[in-house]
Amino acid sequence: MMNPLIPLFVAVPLAGAFLTMILGRFITAIPRYMALAVLLFLAFISFWSLVVGGDGSSVYTLGGWEPVDGVPIGLYLVHDGFSALLLCLISLVGLLSVTYSVSYMARYTSENYFYSLFCLMIAGMNGVVLSGDIFNIYVFLEISAISSYALVAFGVEKNELEATLKYQILGVVASFMILFAIGFIYWSAKTLNIADIRTVFSAGHDNRYYLLIQLLLLTGFGLKAAMIPFHAWLPDAHSSAPSPISAMLSGVLIKAVGIYVIIRLFFNMFEVTEGMSIVITTLGALSMAVGVFLAIGQWDIKRLLAYHSISQMGYVVMSVGIGMILMARGIRSEVAALAITGGIFHMLNHAAFKGLLFLNAGAIEYSVGTRDLREMGGLAKGMPVTSATSLVASLSISGIPPFNGFFSKLIIIVAAVMGRFYFLALLAVIVSIITLASFMKFQRYAFYNIDPGKIRNDIKEVPAPMLLSMITLAVVCLLLSLLALPGLRETVLSPATDILMDQLKYSSQITGM
Amino acid sequence: MKGMTVIVKKTTQLIAGIVFLYGIYIILHGHLTPGGGFAGGVIVAGSFILLILAYGSDFLNLVKEERGSTTYENLAILVFLFLALTGMVAGVGIFFANWLPHGTPGELVSAGFLPLYNIFVGIEVAASILTIFLALIIFKEEVLK
Repeated sequence: MMNPLIPLFVAVPLAGAFLTMILGRFITAIPRYMALAVLLFLAFISFWSLVVGGDGSSVYTLGGWEPVDGVPIGLYLVHDGFSALLLCLISLVGLLSVTYSVSYMARYTSENYFYSLFCLMIAGMNGVVLSGDIFNIYVFLEISAISSYALVAFGVEKNELEATLKYQILGVVASFMILFAIGFIYWSAKTLNIADIRTVFSAGHDNRYYLLIQLLLLTGFGLKAAMIPFHAWLPDAHSSAPSPISAMLSGVLIKAVGIYVIIRLFFNMFEVTEGMSIVITTLGALSMAVGVFLAIGQWDIKRLLAYHSISQMGYVVMSVGIGMILMARGIRSEVAALAITGGIFHMLNHAAFKGLLFLNAGAIEYSVGTRDLREMGGLAKGMPVTSATSLVASLSISGIPPFNGFFSKLIIIVAAVMGRFYFLALLAVIVSIITLASFMKFQRYAFYNIDPGKIRNDIKEVPAPMLLSMITLAVVCLLLSLLALPGLRETVLSPATDILMDQLKYSSQITGM
Repeated sequence: MKGMTVIVKKTTQLIAGIVFLYGIYIILHGHLTPGGGFAGGVIVAGSFILLILAYGSDFLNLVKEERGSTTYENLAILVFLFLALTGMVAGVGIFFANWLPHGTPGELVSAGFLPLYNIFVGIEVAASILTIFLALIIFKEEVLK
């Protein structure tokens, strides 16, 4: 059964982006409402597809080109348990960021460019998540990457331009590696469809090229996901962008075009091998540990948050990597499922709390006019809502119950212990404690530390649309912890784990065999 | 930006029209011969760029030109999306469905939607390459001021 809404995930934001550019020239208020309408529609259809789709997957053939003898021709959009979660994430965080931008972006000029690029970025990410074809993943990746280069530079000042230049250079290197790998895949497998590549490679392949392809793809998407040896662009880019964009970049973009694609390709396109899964786990553990040590010394709020993004993504990758190692060894598949579920759960949670933290940072910057923790203090009095929501997010990211971060970290640590990766479990606990320390510093210096010499009574709370997004995300942070409950976990998280664990399900649903 | 010598101007005058027509030819025959919307669009944009390079941009209102080409670019992509979406409404109900009659292979008017897609991709590519070129000139002139 084809879900007729699937192509709208890409078509509607694209249409919104270009309509904004035309209509926004005549009526200045159009861009923001157009973007709001587009994101509301996307949020509606993504949650509707998640609920109605259930655990079944839906494969959409563009133009109606059916597979011939089990060989897929034409382009495929695949909506399964894993991509459905990502789509909900993109549209929810996107909707709240646009709501926030209505007030926040009023200080900038050329709003129509902002909302148009925002819609383009959403279209690109939705495309990456839905595409069942590795070349289309590359095309949509470039759409979202190019619009994010422009959005990072939106302030057009020295810092922004420097950050975007760095981001562009590393982004282009990553894209080049990905394209190079795609070229190798096409040359050796004679097909670009992910399911078909899997079938061809499992029939037999030259190991040297196979390894080269895997390493190129891991490096390329690792650069997009800012895993530790490839992280240099992230702190600059994520801290220089306007805050709603930082929330999108850190909350969604690095997941949709980085982590999601790594997980999708290494589970559903390549066979899970022990060597590669150890490499992935090591990258994850390294990012987790090094990211947090880089974060703790930061005084710029947004840089601090950006380094924490690296560390938290490390949790996701490490946890999924543990699942991969167990799968490759063929032992304890229920622990592997638990580890993968934990990773995906943490990915969802991270989008909620890191999006919220960046919106908080934006609110502080909006009211106080600085991002330096040393120049703040006592903001809890003037900005009660920002203070309360950022406390929720800080507790979530540090893994304090009853917030969502606690449950996903708990699942990850339990899975690591049950899989007998005691060192990794210990590392995860230590990193979590350092994260707590770092966020206590953030809370103390920003909201509570009252320095009598520089008390400011002129600090006002931010406008209503910004408050609305922050409060909604704080509620989402609490609600997501419900996903740890047995009933909900089976309906929401298990379909995603199943599609990754079941080695043949993904390709069989596309080739129809 | 100043124009070039009379020789260059005259040669460009002779060539630009032919280049433009050749681009149109490539776009229209996209479904029959190598090339298509993208290649043809680049050639069409090339003819405009040739004229601007030879005659200089002093007599052009660059910002107005850029606004025009941006509008064409946005409209072309919207029409393209609209054509793709018609497939969902009409006939088989699939995005990008080619529901127009396919005609005889090899004839100019055949292959259903493909020539239409090619035409709008051609407009899109020509307009966006011209926009990029104009934006670079505008940037350069602003720097020189």
